[in-house]
Amino acid sequence: MPELRDIAAGVLALALNAYVLFGGADFGGGVWDMLATGPRRDRQRDVISHAIGPIWEANHVWLIFAIVVSFTCFPAVYARAGTLLHIPLTLMLVGIVLRGSAFTFRTYDNEHDAAQRRWGRIFSSASIITPVLLGVSIGAVASGRVMPTGGSFTQQYVDPWFTPFALSVGLLTLTLFAFLAAVYLTLETHHRELADDFRRRALGSGAAVFFASALVLLLSDEAAPLVRQGLTRSPWAVPLHLATGATAIGVLAALWYRYYRLARLGAALQVSFIFWGWVLAQYPLLIPPDLSIQRAAAPETTLRLVLIGIAIGGVILLPSLWYLFQIFKRVPADAGTGEV
Amino acid sequence: MSDLLAARSQMAMSLGFHIIFAVVGIGMPVLMVIAERRWQKTGDPIYLELAKRWAKGTAILFAVGAVSGTVLSFELGLLWPHFMELAGPIIGMPFSLEGFAFFTEAIFLGIYLYGWTRISPRAHIWAGIAVAVSGAASGIFVVIANAWMNSPTGFELVGGQITNVDPIAGMRNPMAFQQTLHMTLASYTATGFAVAGIHALLLLIDPHNAFHRRAMSVALVVGVPAALLQPISGDISARSVARHQPAKLAAMEAHFETAAGVPLFIGGWPDMEEKRVRYAIRIPYGLSLLAFHDPKATVKGLDRFPREDWPNVPIVHVAFQIMVALGTYLALLSLWIAWMVFRRRELPSNRPLLWCIAAAAPMGFIAIEAGWTVTEVGRQPWTIYGILRTADAVTPMPGLIVPFILFTLLYCFLGVVVGWLLYRQIIRSPKSTEWSRIYRPEVSRA
Repeated sequence: MPELRDIAAGVLALALNAYVLFGGADFGGGVWDMLATGPRRDRQRDVISHAIGPIWEANHVWLIFAIVVSFTCFPAVYARAGTLLHIPLTLMLVGIVLRGSAFTFRTYDNEHDAAQRRWGRIFSSASIITPVLLGVSIGAVASGRVMPTGGSFTQQYVDPWFTPFALSVGLLTLTLFAFLAAVYLTLETHHRELADDFRRRALGSGAAVFFASALVLLLSDEAAPLVRQGLTRSPWAVPLHLATGATAIGVLAALWYRYYRLARLGAALQVSFIFWGWVLAQYPLLIPPDLSIQRAAAPETTLRLVLIGIAIGGVILLPSLWYLFQIFKRVPADAGTGEV
Repeated sequence: MSDLLAARSQMAMSLGFHIIFAVVGIGMPVLMVIAERRWQKTGDPIYLELAKRWAKGTAILFAVGAVSGTVLSFELGLLWPHFMELAGPIIGMPFSLEGFAFFTEAIFLGIYLYGWTRISPRAHIWAGIAVAVSGAASGIFVVIANAWMNSPTGFELVGGQITNVDPIAGMRNPMAFQQTLHMTLASYTATGFAVAGIHALLLLIDPHNAFHRRAMSVALVVGVPAALLQPISGDISARSVARHQPAKLAAMEAHFETAAGVPLFIGGWPDMEEKRVRYAIRIPYGLSLLAFHDPKATVKGLDRFPREDWPNVPIVHVAFQIMVALGTYLALLSLWIAWMVFRRRELPSNRPLLWCIAAAAPMGFIAIEAGWTVTEVGRQPWTIYGILRTADAVTPMPGLIVPFILFTLLYCFLGVVVGWLLYRQIIRSPKSTEWSRIYRPEVSRA
């Protein structure tokens, strides 16, 4: 029987994983809103907003859920990240606020072009900035620089995250989200030429994911030795890389032959493999080099109650989520929107 | 501005902003479900139009509430890391439950907003009910966490460290019931009267407008009962504060010296030099009676507490007076409305009543802001009452005025946009083209 704190850490990782797969794709939608081009530009944007509309708020809650689990089960982690990553997290919050509100304002504002363009621009820029800052914060944690050192303001509050490595993780996060969104969007339209637009974008961003991962791995040598070591030397490293590589090739092939459902499943798996590579490479540390699961864990009583609460909550939550996706994702988003 | 003050200001501003949207997220789903139900029962298309417009308004406000709530979930750590490190294992429990409630609310709101044609009418109204129930539940859980900060239970303090944690006992803290009851009623009162007030104003201009008549009637169904119950809940709350946070009560009433048979001061300004209240209406034995239901009861004054443990007395006292005054107005107005309905009078033809309802539009929200000022400023200088001082909870990061200004500007911008959108998309009575749609139900229901 694993320790309760390990289960709690697993729940935290799963919540973040879900946020990446669902919430991440919503941000990716914003990226493709900004990059919408060609004769079908406006129709691409319509598909994106109809695809995101009913679900983005529910998807966003995964992040809040992860935050709540972190401060309940690992309060020291939450406190330290909040203190030393104050700047990137604050900027990320500004991005989250602008993305969500601008998207909603665009949906409910007048339909004339000026208003739509204005909110669209804010929505899509925030959709690009937010994932980068999320990735930068994750990169900072992975590099083991998020620890109190004393020293000047810059040394304490800027140096941990303002590094080439952390920025490269930011870039990787952005490409992953864009990739997920493009793959998912191929299934959100009935029109072959629109699906092909997203297929091309999926293939392109799939290549971008490859280059961004390579850059992260390259920079990790010096900047994040712990994660680097995990990703190269641990017993699970080779199987994981093989699985990731095989899935990546499978997704590209599925996209090429237009097996979009298969591609969607594969893309979600591929991104999860990359995510779990980071998680496992850090295990059992939550914030390297010193804050381990054991050191940061809340008392057993709390862990037990929260895990029971999550199990019970899950009984309500998961069927509700399934119902939501059943209603809106069974058929493409542009098949009669049912909007008010 | 010191970093501590900047952090407190940012937190106050963020909470003060978010609370408006949170309250609307609790109240509005009830309004839209009632309107949809009335449409299903009567077939009156105006009710459908109302349900759809209110759903749109809820969508805008809920989105802003969701993102500003996210900001708060981070700000607890960005601004008060020491507080969360200490309290997380205890108040994390209600926050986790709130997470689930909020998740459910977001899911079913998505289904409600976009599902009009995708699911059966029965499933649709149940989705709306799920939004209303989970909205209320998520508010209740958050307020339980706040109540714990006022009356912390469920742990032992050994050498500055919290041990023997019991999150369930933490949730069953002595202020939990009082505060959640008061806040839930406040949400329905504020939303109900805000909507009723806006439509009352529009009825003053256009008295026979069927759209505004129906809108006001639905809103009053929610607002009036809650406003009538609120004084009872307020009395329960005040007596608990007297027992569990005597310093807060003393600040609320500007009660400086411990005594028996204490009078109640209504209004007035606390003179901190001379330790007395100026320009107030004095009701003999009032405070003893209210706080302990006994005219002879002894009420602890501020003199029982060292000066550094006093909250800011003028702010707490004045905010409390504002809350009580507005709550009293809303309760009396509700009595009047209830009497009119009992006598089967038509409300919209009574212009003085319409004026009074219109004036009530912002009052619930002002009362909520004032009430939270009492709760939060009244708890100072503590973050966890008697356990952790706010000055010890704040982040060591300097320059906190920058994020404070950043979020203030951001929220001002959002506030203006939301107000403008609500006016243009929701409140304004339908244009003639839309009227024709409403009166040809076979088109609008398609």
